[in-house]
Amino acid sequence: MSGARTRRLVIGVGNPERGDDAAGRAVARLLPGTLPADVEIAEGDGEATSLLAQIEACGTAVLVDASASGAPAGTVRRFDVAAAPLPQDAGSLSSHGLGLAAAIELARALGQLPPRCVVYAIEGASFTDGEPLSPAVAAAVDDVAGRLRAEFGPPTATEG
Amino acid sequence: MASRTIKVNYLARVEGESGLKVVVRDGKVRSAELSIFEPPRFFEALLRGRAFTEAPDITARICGICPVAYQMSAVHAMENALGVAVGGPLRELRRLLYCGEWIESHTLHIYMLHAPDFLGYAGAIDMAREHGDAVRRGLELKKAGNAIVACLGGREIHPINVRVGGFYRVPSRRDLAPLAEHLERARDLALDTVRWVAGFDFPDRARDYVFVALRHAREYPFNEGHIVSNRGLDIPASAYDAHFEESHVTRSTALHSQLRGGGSYLVGPLARYSLNFDRLSPLAQAAARDAGLGATCTNPYQSIVVRAVEVLYACDEALRVIAAYEPPDQPVAIVAPRAGTGQAATEAPRGLLYHSYRLEADGTIADARIVPPTSQNQPSIEADLASYIDGFLDLPDEALRHRCEQTVRNYDPCISCAAHFLRLDMDRG
Repeated sequence: MSGARTRRLVIGVGNPERGDDAAGRAVARLLPGTLPADVEIAEGDGEATSLLAQIEACGTAVLVDASASGAPAGTVRRFDVAAAPLPQDAGSLSSHGLGLAAAIELARALGQLPPRCVVYAIEGASFTDGEPLSPAVAAAVDDVAGRLRAEFGPPTATEG
Repeated sequence: MASRTIKVNYLARVEGESGLKVVVRDGKVRSAELSIFEPPRFFEALLRGRAFTEAPDITARICGICPVAYQMSAVHAMENALGVAVGGPLRELRRLLYCGEWIESHTLHIYMLHAPDFLGYAGAIDMAREHGDAVRRGLELKKAGNAIVACLGGREIHPINVRVGGFYRVPSRRDLAPLAEHLERARDLALDTVRWVAGFDFPDRARDYVFVALRHAREYPFNEGHIVSNRGLDIPASAYDAHFEESHVTRSTALHSQLRGGGSYLVGPLARYSLNFDRLSPLAQAAARDAGLGATCTNPYQSIVVRAVEVLYACDEALRVIAAYEPPDQPVAIVAPRAGTGQAATEAPRGLLYHSYRLEADGTIADARIVPPTSQNQPSIEADLASYIDGFLDLPDEALRHRCEQTVRNYDPCISCAAHFLRLDMDRG
Protein backbone atom coordinates (compact mmCIF):
# COMPACT_ATOMS: atom_id res chain seq x y z
CA MET A 1 0.00 0.00 0.00
CA SER A 2 3.02 2.31 0.19
CA GLY A 3 5.20 3.80 -2.50
CA ALA A 4 4.28 5.92 -5.49
CA ARG A 5 0.58 6.06 -6.12
CA THR A 6 0.56 5.21 -9.79
CA ARG A 7 -2.49 2.95 -9.93
CA ARG A 8 -5.31 4.18 -12.11
CA LEU A 9 -8.81 2.94 -11.48
CA VAL A 10 -12.33 3.41 -12.81
CA ILE A 11 -15.19 2.27 -10.58
CA GLY A 12 -18.77 1.96 -11.73
CA VAL A 13 -20.96 2.38 -8.67
CA GLY A 14 -24.56 1.36 -8.26
CA ASN A 15 -27.15 -1.32 -7.84
CA PRO A 16 -27.39 -3.40 -11.01
CA GLU A 17 -30.98 -4.35 -10.30
CA ARG A 18 -32.54 -1.01 -9.64
CA GLY A 19 -33.19 0.64 -12.96
CA ASP A 20 -30.99 3.64 -13.72
CA ASP A 21 -28.99 3.09 -10.53
CA ALA A 22 -27.06 0.63 -12.71
CA ALA A 23 -25.70 3.44 -14.92
CA GLY A 24 -22.25 3.54 -13.32
CA ARG A 25 -21.82 -0.17 -13.59
CA ALA A 26 -23.06 -0.15 -17.18
CA VAL A 27 -20.28 2.32 -18.02
CA ALA A 28 -17.71 0.05 -16.38
CA ARG A 29 -18.91 -2.85 -18.49
CA LEU A 30 -18.32 -0.91 -21.73
CA LEU A 31 -14.71 -0.13 -20.91
CA PRO A 32 -12.66 -3.34 -20.97
CA GLY A 33 -10.26 -3.36 -23.89
CA THR A 34 -10.80 0.32 -24.69
CA LEU A 35 -8.55 1.97 -22.10
CA PRO A 36 -4.78 1.86 -21.54
CA ALA A 37 -3.83 -1.55 -20.18
CA ASP A 38 -2.82 -0.26 -16.76
CA VAL A 39 -6.20 1.27 -16.01
CA GLU A 40 -8.13 -1.05 -13.73
CA ILE A 41 -11.89 -1.28 -14.09
CA ALA A 42 -14.08 -2.24 -11.16
CA GLU A 43 -17.68 -2.21 -10.02
CA GLY A 44 -19.01 -1.52 -6.57
CA ASP A 45 -22.24 -1.10 -4.65
CA GLY A 46 -21.14 2.23 -3.19
CA GLU A 47 -20.63 1.25 0.45
CA ALA A 48 -18.19 3.85 1.73
CA THR A 49 -15.53 1.77 3.42
CA SER A 50 -15.30 -0.68 0.53
CA LEU A 51 -15.03 2.20 -1.95
CA LEU A 52 -12.35 3.78 0.21
CA ALA A 53 -10.41 0.51 0.25
CA GLN A 54 -10.56 0.47 -3.54
CA ILE A 55 -9.36 4.02 -4.14
CA GLU A 56 -6.93 4.60 -1.28
CA ALA A 57 -3.79 3.40 -3.04
CA CYS A 58 -4.62 5.00 -6.40
CA GLY A 59 -3.01 7.97 -8.08
CA THR A 60 -6.06 8.39 -10.26
CA ALA A 61 -9.59 7.30 -9.45
CA VAL A 62 -12.65 7.96 -11.57
CA LEU A 63 -15.98 7.07 -10.03
CA VAL A 64 -19.15 6.84 -12.08
CA ASP A 65 -22.49 6.86 -10.27
CA ALA A 66 -26.14 7.59 -10.95
CA SER A 67 -27.63 10.72 -9.48
CA ALA A 68 -31.09 11.94 -8.58
CA SER A 69 -30.71 15.71 -8.36
CA GLY A 70 -33.77 16.74 -10.31
CA ALA A 71 -31.88 17.45 -13.56
CA PRO A 72 -33.22 16.05 -16.86
CA ALA A 73 -32.65 12.30 -17.22
CA GLY A 74 -29.35 11.49 -18.87
CA THR A 75 -27.65 14.73 -17.79
CA VAL A 76 -23.95 14.04 -17.27
CA ARG A 77 -21.94 16.07 -14.78
CA ARG A 78 -18.24 15.82 -14.05
CA PHE A 79 -16.87 16.80 -10.64
CA ASP A 80 -13.21 17.23 -9.76
CA VAL A 81 -13.53 16.02 -6.19
CA ALA A 82 -9.78 16.28 -5.56
CA ALA A 83 -10.35 20.04 -5.74
CA ALA A 84 -13.61 20.29 -3.80
CA PRO A 85 -16.23 18.06 -2.18
CA LEU A 86 -19.23 16.96 -4.19
CA PRO A 87 -21.82 19.74 -4.05
CA GLN A 88 -24.68 19.02 -1.67
CA ASP A 89 -27.15 19.11 -4.52
CA ALA A 90 -25.24 16.62 -6.67
CA GLY A 91 -27.91 14.08 -5.73
CA SER A 92 -25.50 11.20 -5.37
CA LEU A 93 -27.72 8.18 -5.06
CA SER A 94 -25.41 6.42 -2.70
CA SER A 95 -25.49 9.34 -0.32
CA HIS A 96 -27.96 7.58 1.94
CA GLY A 97 -26.08 6.04 4.80
CA LEU A 98 -22.38 5.99 4.07
CA GLY A 99 -21.99 6.12 0.34
CA LEU A 100 -19.83 7.58 -2.39
CA ALA A 101 -19.72 11.13 -1.05
CA ALA A 102 -18.80 9.81 2.40
CA ALA A 103 -16.06 7.63 0.92
CA ILE A 104 -14.53 10.66 -0.76
CA GLU A 105 -14.68 12.84 2.34
CA LEU A 106 -13.42 10.05 4.56
CA ALA A 107 -10.49 9.58 2.18
CA ARG A 108 -9.83 13.32 2.22
CA ALA A 109 -9.95 13.46 6.05
CA LEU A 110 -7.48 10.57 6.24
CA GLY A 111 -5.16 12.00 3.59
CA GLN A 112 -5.91 9.04 1.32
CA LEU A 113 -7.78 10.78 -1.48
CA PRO A 114 -6.12 10.05 -4.83
CA PRO A 115 -4.37 13.18 -6.14
CA ARG A 116 -6.55 12.90 -9.22
CA CYS A 117 -10.11 11.98 -8.31
CA VAL A 118 -13.10 12.58 -10.55
CA VAL A 119 -16.78 11.73 -10.22
CA TYR A 120 -19.11 11.41 -13.18
CA ALA A 121 -22.78 11.60 -12.23
CA ILE A 122 -25.41 10.38 -14.65
CA GLU A 123 -28.87 11.64 -13.83
CA GLY A 124 -31.34 8.77 -13.60
CA ALA A 125 -35.02 8.81 -14.41
CA SER A 126 -36.34 5.63 -12.83
CA PHE A 127 -34.97 3.50 -10.03
CA THR A 128 -37.54 0.73 -10.16
CA ASP A 129 -36.44 -2.77 -9.23
CA GLY A 130 -35.59 -5.05 -12.08
CA GLU A 131 -36.12 -2.42 -14.79
CA PRO A 132 -33.53 -1.83 -17.55
CA LEU A 133 -31.79 1.51 -18.08
CA SER A 134 -34.13 4.17 -19.42
CA PRO A 135 -33.27 5.33 -22.98
CA ALA A 136 -31.82 8.72 -22.00
CA VAL A 137 -29.61 7.08 -19.39
CA ALA A 138 -28.46 4.35 -21.78
CA ALA A 139 -27.36 7.08 -24.19
CA ALA A 140 -25.57 8.91 -21.38
CA VAL A 141 -23.77 5.69 -20.46
CA ASP A 142 -22.30 5.55 -23.97
CA ASP A 143 -21.40 9.22 -23.73
CA VAL A 144 -19.56 8.80 -20.42
CA ALA A 145 -17.70 5.74 -21.67
CA GLY A 146 -16.51 7.88 -24.58
CA ARG A 147 -15.45 10.68 -22.28
CA LEU A 148 -13.46 8.25 -20.14
CA ARG A 149 -11.69 6.96 -23.24
CA ALA A 150 -10.82 10.56 -24.04
CA GLU A 151 -9.58 11.15 -20.47
CA PHE A 152 -7.31 8.13 -20.43
CA GLY A 153 -6.27 7.95 -24.06
CA PRO A 154 -6.27 4.95 -26.38
CA PRO A 155 -5.51 1.37 -25.26
CA THR A 156 -2.02 1.39 -26.75
CA ALA A 157 -0.82 4.35 -24.73
CA THR A 158 0.67 2.57 -21.76
CA GLU A 159 3.49 3.95 -19.67
CA GLY A 160 7.05 3.68 -20.89
CA MET B 1 -23.08 -19.59 -11.40
CA ALA B 2 -25.80 -18.80 -13.87
CA SER B 3 -26.62 -15.17 -14.17
CA ARG B 4 -30.23 -14.31 -13.71
CA THR B 5 -32.38 -11.40 -12.84
CA ILE B 6 -33.95 -11.58 -9.45
CA LYS B 7 -36.78 -9.12 -9.18
CA VAL B 8 -36.71 -7.84 -5.68
CA ASN B 9 -37.76 -4.79 -3.82
CA TYR B 10 -34.30 -3.56 -3.09
CA LEU B 11 -35.11 -0.74 -0.75
CA ALA B 12 -33.13 -2.63 1.83
CA ARG B 13 -29.84 -0.94 0.97
CA VAL B 14 -31.32 2.25 2.31
CA GLU B 15 -31.70 0.26 5.56
CA GLY B 16 -35.11 1.73 6.09
CA GLU B 17 -36.63 5.04 6.90
CA SER B 18 -37.04 5.77 10.53
CA GLY B 19 -38.39 8.39 12.82
CA LEU B 20 -38.67 8.78 16.51
CA LYS B 21 -41.41 10.44 18.53
CA VAL B 22 -40.89 11.20 22.20
CA VAL B 23 -43.74 12.66 24.23
CA VAL B 24 -42.86 14.39 27.50
CA ARG B 25 -45.43 15.48 30.03
CA ASP B 26 -44.71 16.98 33.45
CA GLY B 27 -41.02 16.38 33.12
CA LYS B 28 -41.40 12.66 32.40
CA VAL B 29 -41.27 10.67 29.20
CA ARG B 30 -44.78 9.47 28.58
CA SER B 31 -44.09 7.57 25.40
CA ALA B 32 -41.31 6.89 22.92
CA GLU B 33 -42.18 5.48 19.53
CA LEU B 34 -39.77 4.41 16.86
CA SER B 35 -41.20 3.99 13.38
CA ILE B 36 -39.35 1.80 10.98
CA PHE B 37 -39.91 0.96 7.40
CA GLU B 38 -38.70 -2.55 7.10
CA PRO B 39 -38.37 -4.61 3.94
CA PRO B 40 -38.50 -8.33 4.83
CA ARG B 41 -42.28 -8.48 4.51
CA PHE B 42 -42.02 -7.84 0.77
CA PHE B 43 -39.59 -10.68 0.47
CA GLU B 44 -41.90 -13.17 2.12
CA ALA B 45 -44.43 -12.61 -0.65
CA LEU B 46 -41.68 -12.66 -3.24
CA LEU B 47 -40.41 -16.05 -2.07
CA ARG B 48 -43.74 -17.80 -2.55
CA GLY B 49 -43.73 -19.82 -5.74
CA ARG B 50 -39.95 -19.80 -6.07
CA ALA B 51 -37.75 -22.89 -5.82
CA PHE B 52 -36.28 -23.73 -2.42
CA THR B 53 -32.83 -23.40 -3.97
CA GLU B 54 -33.43 -19.70 -4.65
CA ALA B 55 -34.07 -18.67 -1.05
CA PRO B 56 -30.43 -18.02 -0.04
CA ASP B 57 -29.77 -15.63 -2.92
CA ILE B 58 -33.13 -13.89 -2.74
CA THR B 59 -33.06 -13.33 1.02
CA ALA B 60 -29.40 -12.21 0.91
CA ARG B 61 -30.69 -9.09 -0.82
CA ILE B 62 -32.82 -8.04 2.11
CA CYS B 63 -29.85 -6.44 3.80
CA GLY B 64 -26.69 -5.00 2.27
CA ILE B 65 -24.91 -5.24 5.60
CA CYS B 66 -25.77 -8.77 6.67
CA PRO B 67 -26.49 -10.89 3.59
CA VAL B 68 -24.65 -13.87 5.08
CA ALA B 69 -27.05 -14.01 8.01
CA TYR B 70 -30.02 -14.18 5.64
CA GLN B 71 -28.32 -16.88 3.58
CA MET B 72 -27.48 -18.89 6.66
CA SER B 73 -30.94 -18.79 8.19
CA ALA B 74 -32.38 -19.68 4.77
CA VAL B 75 -30.14 -22.68 4.12
CA HIS B 76 -30.54 -24.06 7.63
CA ALA B 77 -34.32 -23.73 7.51
CA MET B 78 -34.43 -25.43 4.09
CA GLU B 79 -32.17 -28.21 5.29
CA ASN B 80 -34.42 -28.61 8.32
CA ALA B 81 -37.42 -28.94 6.00
CA LEU B 82 -35.64 -31.43 3.73
CA GLY B 83 -34.09 -33.55 6.45
CA VAL B 84 -30.51 -32.77 5.48
CA ALA B 85 -27.70 -32.36 7.98
CA VAL B 86 -24.59 -30.47 6.89
CA GLY B 87 -21.55 -31.25 9.01
CA GLY B 88 -17.78 -31.44 8.90
CA PRO B 89 -15.82 -28.96 6.80
CA LEU B 90 -18.94 -27.49 5.16
CA ARG B 91 -20.30 -26.57 8.55
CA GLU B 92 -16.93 -25.12 9.54
CA LEU B 93 -16.83 -23.02 6.36
CA ARG B 94 -20.23 -21.62 7.25
CA ARG B 95 -18.84 -20.57 10.61
CA LEU B 96 -15.89 -18.96 8.86
CA LEU B 97 -18.18 -17.06 6.51
CA TYR B 98 -20.23 -15.85 9.46
CA CYS B 99 -17.00 -14.69 11.16
CA GLY B 100 -16.36 -12.55 8.10
CA GLU B 101 -19.76 -10.93 8.27
CA TRP B 102 -19.50 -10.22 12.00
CA ILE B 103 -16.11 -8.58 11.48
CA GLU B 104 -17.43 -6.44 8.60
CA SER B 105 -20.71 -5.47 10.19
CA HIS B 106 -19.56 -4.90 13.77
CA THR B 107 -16.46 -2.98 12.69
CA LEU B 108 -18.53 -0.73 10.46
CA HIS B 109 -20.89 -0.03 13.33
CA ILE B 110 -18.19 0.48 15.95
CA TYR B 111 -16.00 2.83 13.93
CA MET B 112 -18.29 4.53 11.44
CA LEU B 113 -21.61 4.77 13.23
CA HIS B 114 -21.29 4.41 16.99
CA ALA B 115 -17.88 5.72 18.08
CA PRO B 116 -18.68 9.27 16.88
CA ASP B 117 -21.51 9.31 19.45
CA PHE B 118 -19.08 8.69 22.28
CA LEU B 119 -16.35 11.02 21.05
CA GLY B 120 -18.68 13.90 20.30
CA TYR B 121 -18.66 14.07 16.52
CA ALA B 122 -21.50 14.42 14.07
CA GLY B 123 -20.19 11.46 12.13
CA ALA B 124 -17.24 9.37 11.02
CA ILE B 125 -15.82 11.99 8.65
CA ASP B 126 -15.51 14.62 11.38
CA MET B 127 -14.08 12.00 13.69
CA ALA B 128 -11.54 10.92 11.07
CA ARG B 129 -10.03 14.40 10.95
CA GLU B 130 -8.96 14.15 14.59
CA HIS B 131 -8.83 10.40 15.16
CA GLY B 132 -7.29 9.35 11.87
CA ASP B 133 -5.26 6.52 13.35
CA ALA B 134 -8.30 4.98 14.99
CA VAL B 135 -10.38 5.23 11.82
CA ARG B 136 -7.56 3.73 9.74
CA ARG B 137 -7.37 0.86 12.22
CA GLY B 138 -11.10 0.27 11.84
CA LEU B 139 -10.90 0.31 8.06
CA GLU B 140 -8.00 -2.13 8.11
CA LEU B 141 -9.80 -4.43 10.51
CA LYS B 142 -12.94 -4.41 8.39
CA LYS B 143 -10.91 -5.50 5.37
CA ALA B 144 -10.21 -8.83 7.07
CA GLY B 145 -13.95 -9.46 7.16
CA ASN B 146 -14.32 -8.35 3.55
CA ALA B 147 -11.55 -10.78 2.59
CA ILE B 148 -13.29 -13.73 4.23
CA VAL B 149 -16.63 -12.94 2.60
CA ALA B 150 -14.98 -12.36 -0.78
CA CYS B 151 -13.07 -15.66 -0.52
CA LEU B 152 -15.98 -17.85 0.62
CA GLY B 153 -18.92 -15.88 -0.68
CA GLY B 154 -17.53 -15.28 -4.14
CA ARG B 155 -17.63 -11.51 -3.71
CA GLU B 156 -17.62 -8.99 -0.87
CA ILE B 157 -21.18 -7.84 -1.14
CA HIS B 158 -24.11 -10.13 -1.71
CA PRO B 159 -22.17 -13.37 -1.66
CA ILE B 160 -23.35 -15.83 -4.27
CA ASN B 161 -21.48 -19.00 -3.38
CA VAL B 162 -23.82 -20.27 -0.65
CA ARG B 163 -26.43 -22.92 -1.49
CA VAL B 164 -28.77 -25.25 0.31
CA GLY B 165 -26.58 -28.19 1.32
CA GLY B 166 -23.27 -26.32 1.23
CA PHE B 167 -21.43 -24.23 -1.34
CA TYR B 168 -21.04 -24.07 -5.10
CA ARG B 169 -17.27 -24.08 -4.71
CA VAL B 170 -15.15 -24.68 -1.63
CA PRO B 171 -11.68 -23.22 -1.06
CA SER B 172 -8.46 -25.20 -0.91
CA ARG B 173 -6.13 -24.88 2.04
CA ARG B 174 -3.98 -22.69 -0.16
CA ASP B 175 -6.88 -20.34 -0.84
CA LEU B 176 -7.26 -19.80 2.89
CA ALA B 177 -3.58 -19.23 3.70
CA PRO B 178 -3.52 -15.51 2.84
CA LEU B 179 -6.68 -15.07 4.89
CA ALA B 180 -4.89 -16.47 7.94
CA GLU B 181 -2.07 -13.94 7.58
CA HIS B 182 -4.59 -11.16 7.24
CA LEU B 183 -6.52 -12.41 10.27
CA GLU B 184 -3.42 -12.60 12.46
CA ARG B 185 -2.98 -8.87 11.95
CA ALA B 186 -6.70 -8.26 12.30
CA ARG B 187 -6.75 -10.03 15.65
CA ASP B 188 -4.21 -7.55 17.00
CA LEU B 189 -6.29 -4.68 15.63
CA ALA B 190 -9.39 -6.19 17.22
CA LEU B 191 -7.67 -6.34 20.58
CA ASP B 192 -6.67 -2.68 20.18
CA THR B 193 -10.29 -1.94 19.33
CA VAL B 194 -11.56 -3.51 22.56
CA ARG B 195 -9.11 -1.40 24.55
CA TRP B 196 -10.04 1.75 22.61
CA VAL B 197 -13.80 1.50 23.11
CA ALA B 198 -13.40 0.37 26.73
CA GLY B 199 -12.05 3.86 27.45
CA PHE B 200 -15.22 5.62 26.27
CA ASP B 201 -17.54 7.32 28.72
CA PHE B 202 -20.73 5.28 29.16
CA PRO B 203 -23.97 6.62 30.60
CA ASP B 204 -24.72 4.55 33.69
CA ARG B 205 -27.94 2.91 32.61
CA ALA B 206 -29.20 -0.65 32.84
CA ARG B 207 -32.48 -2.54 32.72
CA ASP B 208 -33.46 -6.03 33.71
CA TYR B 209 -33.57 -7.30 30.13
CA VAL B 210 -34.98 -10.57 28.94
CA PHE B 211 -32.06 -11.72 26.82
CA VAL B 212 -32.73 -14.15 23.97
CA ALA B 213 -29.97 -15.79 21.92
CA LEU B 214 -28.84 -19.10 20.54
CA ARG B 215 -26.81 -21.36 22.77
CA HIS B 216 -24.75 -24.30 21.56
CA ALA B 217 -23.18 -27.14 23.53
CA ARG B 218 -19.62 -26.02 22.80
CA GLU B 219 -19.52 -22.97 20.55
CA TYR B 220 -20.23 -19.29 20.74
CA PRO B 221 -23.32 -19.28 18.55
CA PHE B 222 -23.47 -18.51 14.85
CA ASN B 223 -25.52 -21.13 13.00
CA GLU B 224 -26.72 -23.63 15.52
CA GLY B 225 -28.08 -24.04 18.98
CA HIS B 226 -31.23 -23.83 21.03
CA ILE B 227 -33.00 -20.54 21.51
CA VAL B 228 -32.51 -19.73 25.18
CA SER B 229 -33.22 -16.84 27.52
CA ASN B 230 -32.10 -15.69 30.95
CA ARG B 231 -35.64 -16.55 32.13
CA GLY B 232 -35.30 -20.27 31.50
CA LEU B 233 -36.48 -20.52 27.90
CA ASP B 234 -34.74 -23.37 26.07
CA ILE B 235 -36.37 -24.39 22.80
CA PRO B 236 -35.45 -25.53 19.30
CA ALA B 237 -36.12 -23.08 16.47
CA SER B 238 -39.11 -25.21 15.44
CA ALA B 239 -40.85 -24.09 18.65
CA TYR B 240 -40.28 -20.37 17.99
CA ASP B 241 -43.89 -19.62 17.09
CA ALA B 242 -45.17 -21.26 20.25
CA HIS B 243 -43.17 -18.80 22.36
CA PHE B 244 -42.98 -15.59 20.34
CA GLU B 245 -45.66 -13.58 18.61
CA GLU B 246 -45.69 -10.66 16.22
CA SER B 247 -48.17 -7.83 16.14
CA HIS B 248 -48.81 -4.87 13.88
CA VAL B 249 -48.39 -1.37 15.19
CA THR B 250 -49.73 1.39 13.02
CA ARG B 251 -46.64 3.60 13.21
CA SER B 252 -44.36 1.02 11.68
CA THR B 253 -44.29 -1.36 8.78
CA ALA B 254 -42.12 -3.56 10.96
CA LEU B 255 -44.01 -6.08 13.03
CA HIS B 256 -43.29 -5.95 16.74
CA SER B 257 -42.15 -9.20 18.30
CA GLN B 258 -43.02 -10.08 21.87
CA LEU B 259 -42.68 -13.11 24.05
CA ARG B 260 -46.13 -14.65 24.31
CA GLY B 261 -47.47 -13.20 27.53
CA GLY B 262 -44.06 -11.89 28.44
CA GLY B 263 -43.43 -8.53 26.81
CA SER B 264 -40.31 -7.19 25.17
CA TYR B 265 -37.01 -8.98 24.93
CA LEU B 266 -33.58 -8.23 23.57
CA VAL B 267 -31.54 -10.01 20.92
CA GLY B 268 -28.06 -9.15 19.68
CA PRO B 269 -24.56 -8.76 21.13
CA LEU B 270 -25.63 -8.01 24.72
CA ALA B 271 -27.90 -11.06 24.83
CA ARG B 272 -25.45 -13.35 23.04
CA TYR B 273 -22.62 -12.31 25.28
CA SER B 274 -24.58 -12.55 28.51
CA LEU B 275 -25.91 -16.00 27.66
CA ASN B 276 -22.67 -17.35 26.19
CA PHE B 277 -19.72 -15.70 27.91
CA ASP B 278 -18.37 -19.14 28.80
CA ARG B 279 -18.31 -20.08 25.10
CA LEU B 280 -15.98 -17.24 24.08
CA SER B 281 -12.35 -18.07 23.36
CA PRO B 282 -9.94 -17.50 26.27
CA LEU B 283 -8.47 -14.49 24.49
CA ALA B 284 -11.89 -12.88 24.02
CA GLN B 285 -12.88 -13.61 27.62
CA ALA B 286 -9.66 -12.07 28.94
CA ALA B 287 -10.08 -8.98 26.75
CA ALA B 288 -13.65 -8.57 27.98
CA ARG B 289 -12.51 -8.77 31.60
CA ASP B 290 -9.71 -6.27 30.96
CA ALA B 291 -12.26 -3.97 29.36
CA GLY B 292 -14.21 -3.98 32.60
CA LEU B 293 -17.08 -6.24 31.50
CA GLY B 294 -18.47 -8.96 33.72
CA ALA B 295 -19.81 -12.26 32.47
CA THR B 296 -23.06 -10.45 31.66
CA CYS B 297 -23.67 -6.91 30.46
CA THR B 298 -26.95 -5.04 30.98
CA ASN B 299 -25.84 -1.53 29.99
CA PRO B 300 -26.77 -1.15 26.31
CA TYR B 301 -24.37 1.79 25.89
CA GLN B 302 -21.59 -0.73 26.48
CA SER B 303 -22.79 -2.78 23.52
CA ILE B 304 -19.96 -1.16 21.55
CA VAL B 305 -17.50 -2.94 23.87
CA VAL B 306 -19.34 -6.23 23.49
CA ARG B 307 -19.26 -5.83 19.71
CA ALA B 308 -15.52 -5.27 19.87
CA VAL B 309 -15.13 -8.44 21.96
CA GLU B 310 -17.20 -10.32 19.38
CA VAL B 311 -14.98 -9.04 16.57
CA LEU B 312 -11.96 -10.30 18.47
CA TYR B 313 -13.69 -13.65 18.95
CA ALA B 314 -14.57 -13.79 15.24
CA CYS B 315 -10.90 -13.25 14.28
CA ASP B 316 -9.85 -15.92 16.75
CA GLU B 317 -12.51 -18.37 15.60
CA ALA B 318 -11.76 -17.75 11.92
CA LEU B 319 -8.11 -18.58 12.56
CA ARG B 320 -9.13 -21.76 14.36
CA VAL B 321 -11.33 -22.87 11.47
CA ILE B 322 -8.64 -22.14 8.89
CA ALA B 323 -5.94 -23.97 10.86
CA ALA B 324 -8.07 -27.12 11.15
CA TYR B 325 -9.56 -27.00 7.64
CA GLU B 326 -9.43 -30.00 5.34
CA PRO B 327 -11.44 -29.55 2.14
CA PRO B 328 -14.53 -31.78 1.89
CA ASP B 329 -14.84 -34.36 -0.88
CA GLN B 330 -17.94 -32.63 -2.19
CA PRO B 331 -18.83 -28.94 -1.91
CA VAL B 332 -22.47 -29.74 -1.25
CA ALA B 333 -24.56 -32.41 0.45
CA ILE B 334 -27.19 -34.18 -1.64
CA VAL B 335 -30.50 -32.40 -1.24
CA ALA B 336 -33.73 -33.81 -2.66
CA PRO B 337 -36.96 -31.81 -2.60
CA ARG B 338 -39.94 -33.05 -0.63
CA ALA B 339 -42.99 -31.55 1.01
CA GLY B 340 -42.38 -30.27 4.50
CA THR B 341 -41.81 -27.37 6.82
CA GLY B 342 -38.54 -26.17 8.24
CA GLN B 343 -37.36 -23.49 10.63
CA ALA B 344 -33.99 -22.12 11.65
CA ALA B 345 -32.53 -19.29 13.65
CA THR B 346 -28.98 -18.02 13.29
CA GLU B 347 -27.14 -15.14 14.92
CA ALA B 348 -27.00 -12.16 12.59
CA PRO B 349 -24.63 -9.47 13.84
CA ARG B 350 -27.63 -7.60 15.29
CA GLY B 351 -29.27 -10.69 16.77
CA LEU B 352 -31.46 -13.70 16.21
CA LEU B 353 -32.75 -14.06 12.65
CA TYR B 354 -35.59 -16.55 12.27
CA HIS B 355 -36.72 -18.11 8.98
CA SER B 356 -39.60 -20.54 8.47
CA TYR B 357 -40.60 -22.19 5.19
CA ARG B 358 -43.26 -24.54 3.93
CA LEU B 359 -42.38 -26.47 0.78
CA GLU B 360 -44.43 -28.30 -1.83
CA ALA B 361 -43.36 -31.79 -2.91
CA ASP B 362 -41.33 -30.40 -5.82
CA GLY B 363 -39.48 -27.95 -3.55
CA THR B 364 -41.54 -24.88 -4.45
CA ILE B 365 -41.84 -22.46 -1.56
CA ALA B 366 -45.49 -22.39 -0.46
CA ASP B 367 -44.98 -20.09 2.48
CA ALA B 368 -42.12 -18.08 3.95
CA ARG B 369 -41.73 -16.14 7.15
CA ILE B 370 -38.76 -14.06 8.23
CA VAL B 371 -38.38 -12.39 11.63
CA PRO B 372 -35.38 -10.05 11.59
CA PRO B 373 -33.56 -8.95 14.73
CA THR B 374 -34.55 -5.30 14.44
CA SER B 375 -38.22 -6.20 14.57
CA GLN B 376 -37.57 -8.24 17.71
CA ASN B 377 -35.64 -5.40 19.31
CA GLN B 378 -38.01 -2.59 18.45
CA PRO B 379 -40.11 -2.84 21.64
CA SER B 380 -36.89 -2.98 23.65
CA ILE B 381 -35.48 0.10 21.90
CA GLU B 382 -38.65 1.99 22.76
CA ALA B 383 -38.52 0.79 26.36
CA ASP B 384 -34.89 1.95 26.61
CA LEU B 385 -35.84 5.37 25.31
CA ALA B 386 -38.78 5.64 27.67
CA SER B 387 -36.75 4.71 30.71
CA TYR B 388 -33.33 6.24 29.95
CA ILE B 389 -34.24 9.56 28.39
CA ASP B 390 -35.93 10.82 31.57
CA GLY B 391 -32.49 11.42 33.02
CA PHE B 392 -31.44 13.49 30.01
CA LEU B 393 -34.47 15.77 29.73
CA ASP B 394 -32.65 18.83 31.05
CA LEU B 395 -30.46 18.76 27.93
CA PRO B 396 -31.28 21.20 25.13
CA ASP B 397 -33.10 19.69 22.16
CA GLU B 398 -30.01 19.19 20.04
CA ALA B 399 -28.08 17.36 22.76
CA LEU B 400 -31.17 15.37 23.66
CA ARG B 401 -31.65 14.38 20.04
CA HIS B 402 -28.12 13.14 20.05
CA ARG B 403 -28.72 11.04 23.18
CA CYS B 404 -31.84 9.56 21.58
CA GLU B 405 -29.93 8.66 18.44
CA GLN B 406 -27.14 7.12 20.45
CA THR B 407 -29.69 5.08 22.38
CA VAL B 408 -31.18 3.77 19.14
CA ARG B 409 -27.72 3.05 17.73
CA ASN B 410 -26.88 0.91 20.76
CA TYR B 411 -28.86 -1.72 18.88
CA ASP B 412 -27.13 -1.28 15.53
CA PRO B 413 -30.59 -1.61 14.05
CA CYS B 414 -30.93 -2.11 10.33
CA ILE B 415 -31.84 1.56 10.26
CA SER B 416 -28.32 2.45 11.40
CA CYS B 417 -27.48 4.42 8.35
CA ALA B 418 -30.77 6.22 8.24
CA ALA B 419 -30.63 6.82 11.96
CA HIS B 420 -28.01 9.46 11.34
CA PHE B 421 -30.84 11.41 9.80
CA LEU B 422 -33.25 10.35 12.49
CA ARG B 423 -36.19 12.70 12.63
CA LEU B 424 -36.87 13.51 16.23
CA ASP B 425 -40.32 14.76 17.02
CA MET B 426 -39.97 16.12 20.54
CA ASP B 427 -43.30 16.97 22.11
CA ARG B 428 -42.61 18.69 25.43
CA GLY B 429 -46.27 19.60 25.96
